[in-house]
Amino acid sequence: MGKLKTEEFVVNMGPVHPATHGVCRLMLTMDGEKVVKIEPVIGYLHRAIEKICENRTYPQCIPLMDRFEYVTSMSTNQVFAQAAERLAGIEVPERAEYLRVIMLELNRIASHLIFYGVTAMDLGALTPFLYGLREREYIVDLFEMTCGQRLTYNYIRVGGVSRDIPPQFVPKCREALKIIGDKLRDYEGLLNENPIWLRRTRGIGHLPADLAISYGVSGPVLRASGVDYDIRRDDPYSIYDRFDWEVPVRHNGDCYDRYLLRLDEIKQSIKIIEQALDGLPEGDIKAKVSPNFKPPAGEVYSRVENSRGEMGVYIQSDGTNKPLRVKCRGGSYNQLQALPHFGTDVLVADLVAIFATLDIILPEVDR
Amino acid sequence: MGDNLGNLELAHVFYWLRDLLLATGLTEPWVTIVTYTALGAMMFGVLALLALFLVWWERKIGGHIQQRFGPMRTGWHGWYQTVMDALKLLQKEDVVVDKRDKFVFFWAPVVCFVAAFLAYVVMPFGNRLIVADLNIGILYIMAVTTFTVISLLMAGWGSNNKYALLGGLRSAAQVVSYEVPMVASILTVIVYAGSLSMVDIVEAQSGLFINWNIFRLPFGPIAFIVYIIAATAEANRTPFDIPEAEQELVAGFNIEYSGMKFAMFFLAEFVNMFTVSAIAVTLFFGGWNGVFLPSWLWFLLKTLGVVLLLMLFRWTYPRLRVDQLMEFAWKFLVPLAFANLILGSIMKYLGWYW
Repeated sequence: MGKLKTEEFVVNMGPVHPATHGVCRLMLTMDGEKVVKIEPVIGYLHRAIEKICENRTYPQCIPLMDRFEYVTSMSTNQVFAQAAERLAGIEVPERAEYLRVIMLELNRIASHLIFYGVTAMDLGALTPFLYGLREREYIVDLFEMTCGQRLTYNYIRVGGVSRDIPPQFVPKCREALKIIGDKLRDYEGLLNENPIWLRRTRGIGHLPADLAISYGVSGPVLRASGVDYDIRRDDPYSIYDRFDWEVPVRHNGDCYDRYLLRLDEIKQSIKIIEQALDGLPEGDIKAKVSPNFKPPAGEVYSRVENSRGEMGVYIQSDGTNKPLRVKCRGGSYNQLQALPHFGTDVLVADLVAIFATLDIILPEVDR
Repeated sequence: MGDNLGNLELAHVFYWLRDLLLATGLTEPWVTIVTYTALGAMMFGVLALLALFLVWWERKIGGHIQQRFGPMRTGWHGWYQTVMDALKLLQKEDVVVDKRDKFVFFWAPVVCFVAAFLAYVVMPFGNRLIVADLNIGILYIMAVTTFTVISLLMAGWGSNNKYALLGGLRSAAQVVSYEVPMVASILTVIVYAGSLSMVDIVEAQSGLFINWNIFRLPFGPIAFIVYIIAATAEANRTPFDIPEAEQELVAGFNIEYSGMKFAMFFLAEFVNMFTVSAIAVTLFFGGWNGVFLPSWLWFLLKTLGVVLLLMLFRWTYPRLRVDQLMEFAWKFLVPLAFANLILGSIMKYLGWYW
């Protein structure tokens, strides 16, 4: 019997689709169930954040940056504040640096908890989603206690942080870390050894290290492909060089490793926060910075390790109180860029798994 | 047919209704037609209520597994939530796609709904509580439950939507594959009961629970496990819910349906879930047999127990991929079911059982 002749057809996955985490549109050329070609179409969430920044003073840009990547907006605050500080040569007080690290790592845990829930839900397991969000609630409560916000924090400011932590923060934070550490075992018990989960993720969506590097993929996705690279360690910012922690690396580069790596990162983040809570000094939380400060003319690129890879901000200053040009870099953009090159020749169900474990969020892609 | 009802409890209702109608002066063919219609309406009402209850129950169970409450606002623990949902769906505008295949699109939910209820003609709800004790009972059930797949294919084709079409094709492949191990495991039971009639199968398991097929058959648990896995697939439940896999196909075959047409698919799914559980109880857990409680209550409790199992599956497991699903059916379940059938038949022939 000769090979059956089949015809390819185009399916639009998105912009409104349950598995694209926002408004990503993937134009899939499919041969039956098999994905032959992926063409991402982006821009549905473009809000011109970079352009709006040009008309605002530096402190006014920070709430905008919250919207740049709302799942981990502490990182976006940090990366912009850091860039402005480097431009203007502002020294950040010791206590503020500790608070920044605590908040950044708490936010990383919160983001990875969402990843855990959403990935499981994309693969059809409905319950882990609620579990992940339940533990995230402890962290969000801590943020609310500190800065009054649960999603877009506007907490890390140029020169420090917006306000000091309340006295009950430290015990509450330790308690939350203990609960999350314990619950991680539940998470692993629910999925890690589940045969259906293993068959859906192990060996699926292999991203080779050289392809990842050539497309600028960074963060957990890169480390799951076996590249030992973490900006927190390799280009230390804030006070990350003072803590004792490891960069988890896994070598298979498949969906399963990307999933496990994020669980490993939660454990390392807990380690960092505990050390930061132990070493938290007394003192000022904000350097004296005029709201209208004028950095000297020049340019700067600052970057942080976000839960979705390298997040960077490039600022060009002309000596006025407003930036001349702002350019943001989000890790999701590069991961989406690499997707058509390793995500094809799989079934549509696998594409959902790959897309979920890349942990792309669209505001970061479209800005 | 009325005379075949001789020793059944439902017959009392039947004869009472017929006498009543005869007294009003109706003549014979009409009397039978009206009585059977009334019986059908009664069954339909009971099952529709049951489906409404199952929807509510599933939401409560899902809620509690996920550490939330589920519906709470409408009545005590939200008990009439699904009634209100059904009323809402009834009022909704029936949105239809322009380029649908009109005939197929319209009839798909109807076929699905009717097919879901057909199996109850031969379902023994309790001792002498059955609509018709056909001597090919289980064969009839296998025949009519497969009708569902035709309706899913119709919905997939008629919607003129790529997602729906993929969903319909997936469900066709799935149901055809899982029918094989399902029938093979049912055959094991039939070999021991020596009859296709549902009543005979239940009566062969009368007495203590040790006489239930799951314990009495040489490999009863294996037959049951194969059946329940295949049944989960047959009812399109997670981990086998690929025809409507939300994260892949958005809603699969029912993507273009709204309002009451959607409700018919939805209710049919829950009726199907009850059907496969009721068959499991009849075949493996002694049907209505039990002590102290009335037979229909035993049947209902056991069936709800199996339904609970299906619900726990749904809220715990991820979804299989379509090719893994086929692989699982043909490479694992089918050999297992047939090995079980052959071994069971040999042991029956040699008399190695009690």
